[in-house]
Amino acid sequence: MIGANGRGGPREKMKVEDMNVFYGSFQAIKDANLNVAEHRVTALIGPSGCGKSTFIRALNRMHDLTPGARVEGRVMLDGENIYAPSVDPVTVRHRIGMVFQRANPFPKSIFENVVYGPKIHGLRSHKALVEVAEKSLRAAALWDEVKDRLNRSALDLSGGQQQRLCIARVLAVEPEVILMDEPASALDPIATSKIEDLIGELKRRYTVVIVTHSMQQAARISDSTVFFLLGELIEVGTTSEIFTRPKDKRTEDYITGRYG
Amino acid sequence: MIAGNANNAHRNESVALALLKSASAFFIVSIVVLLGYLTFEGTKLFTVDHKSIFEFLFSPTFSPDTGQVGAAPFILGSLFVTGFAIAVGGPFGLAVGVFFSELAPPRVAAAMKPAIEVLVGIPSVVYGWLGLTLLVPLIRNMTGSTGFGLLSAGIVLSLMILPTVISLAEDAMRVVPNSLREGSLALGATRWETISRVLVPAARSGLAVAVILGIARAIGEALAIQMVLGNSPTIPHGLLNAASALTSEIVMDMGGAIQGSVTQHALFSMALLLLLIAMSLIVLVKFVVRRAT
Repeated sequence: MIGANGRGGPREKMKVEDMNVFYGSFQAIKDANLNVAEHRVTALIGPSGCGKSTFIRALNRMHDLTPGARVEGRVMLDGENIYAPSVDPVTVRHRIGMVFQRANPFPKSIFENVVYGPKIHGLRSHKALVEVAEKSLRAAALWDEVKDRLNRSALDLSGGQQQRLCIARVLAVEPEVILMDEPASALDPIATSKIEDLIGELKRRYTVVIVTHSMQQAARISDSTVFFLLGELIEVGTTSEIFTRPKDKRTEDYITGRYG
Repeated sequence: MIAGNANNAHRNESVALALLKSASAFFIVSIVVLLGYLTFEGTKLFTVDHKSIFEFLFSPTFSPDTGQVGAAPFILGSLFVTGFAIAVGGPFGLAVGVFFSELAPPRVAAAMKPAIEVLVGIPSVVYGWLGLTLLVPLIRNMTGSTGFGLLSAGIVLSLMILPTVISLAEDAMRVVPNSLREGSLALGATRWETISRVLVPAARSGLAVAVILGIARAIGEALAIQMVLGNSPTIPHGLLNAASALTSEIVMDMGGAIQGSVTQHALFSMALLLLLIAMSLIVLVKFVVRRAT
């Protein structure tokens, strides 16, 4: 493997081997292989419909919920295949959290949103829940904006605040990997830059994989970049390599703006 | 040529508009007339016959020929069978609706949806007939009573409202955005945790509407319960006692009630009371829905 994770670099957190994803008879991902380095931000880029969202959703078994979707191949998390029959997808999603394109806060209070995960995983004490809520909201850079109204509905927050709340909600369950599917695509530039700053902070403690339709965003926040086209993983490299000296002609065409 | 077409279009449009307007006007007028007539006739018991509203609502004796117009047995009968139906059919219907929306294999759910909608449309006389031929003998054999009574009527009504509650509950669950399902599961929640802690609370107003419309269906049902209730105009003392409801009493006595008699006025008052109950249930639905949005 060429890229950020070779040559004595950081430890390999996830490894995708020979992944194929089908929706019915349509093949959305073809023979993808990828190493994901620990405590790094890996960006997935490519034109619309290239399969990058399909790929990221296969990393924590979200396709289990899609009727007709089928994932082949292996996705290793610390050396263990998350698609092995003995593995419980609920445990997988506990360790690999996900933030979605559109903020999806539950119709509950801000506090209840953040402590939802810890509660279902068995944390009962109110004091501990309050601590987790503050810690997670601080980590998501939202605490100062909401600390006086934790019992207000999460739906009263702005779009950018809602998305950071969703990040706080994921942080509260202390996953090891955070998957983000175009988390800023529905946000204005100021909210987007807050999310980007936040991602830079998150990689100290977590491994981040992010889908983005914005090449500028990938260049700003990621350590390594993966280029997808028509369901194929075309090229992986450090972000600076991909954006300055791509090896594949198709990657170069995309980053220089010759594809939509 | 262009101008001619435009004129034609204008003419067609104004004709269509006039049709729609007159149809709406006709509809509104008929509703107003109906409400006015029912209110006018339904209050004669108090204005013409000078009976007290208090007696009508709370007296246990209904014998209009001797001037006693207590409708309490019927009001209690209606409340009881409706309460029974909603206590049994409500939770069961909600559970099945949630099951079809969230847990059933998609193919099963797709096949059941139209089946349940057909059940909603089964005429009530069919439910009554099945109650009369299956349920009443069964209860008679098991308990030694006549088989007619509150229990039979309650069970028949429970079954009758079930398709309504299931169908509406399933719809209420299906309109919960999929993003909430994904959001919860992506936090490592199980399907059951997702259903019980996120989806059902998110759908609660829709589920409440399903139950309220189930109540509305039950309180207005006449034929099916009249066939199995035993129709005794007294306050029942047990589940196996024969009883009457507001609706079944109207069905029973309407043929023999002389125009302008106290009996007829009392029946009109019962009809008015049913209308008021139904209207307050609809207002309640509006309230629940508005509060949710």
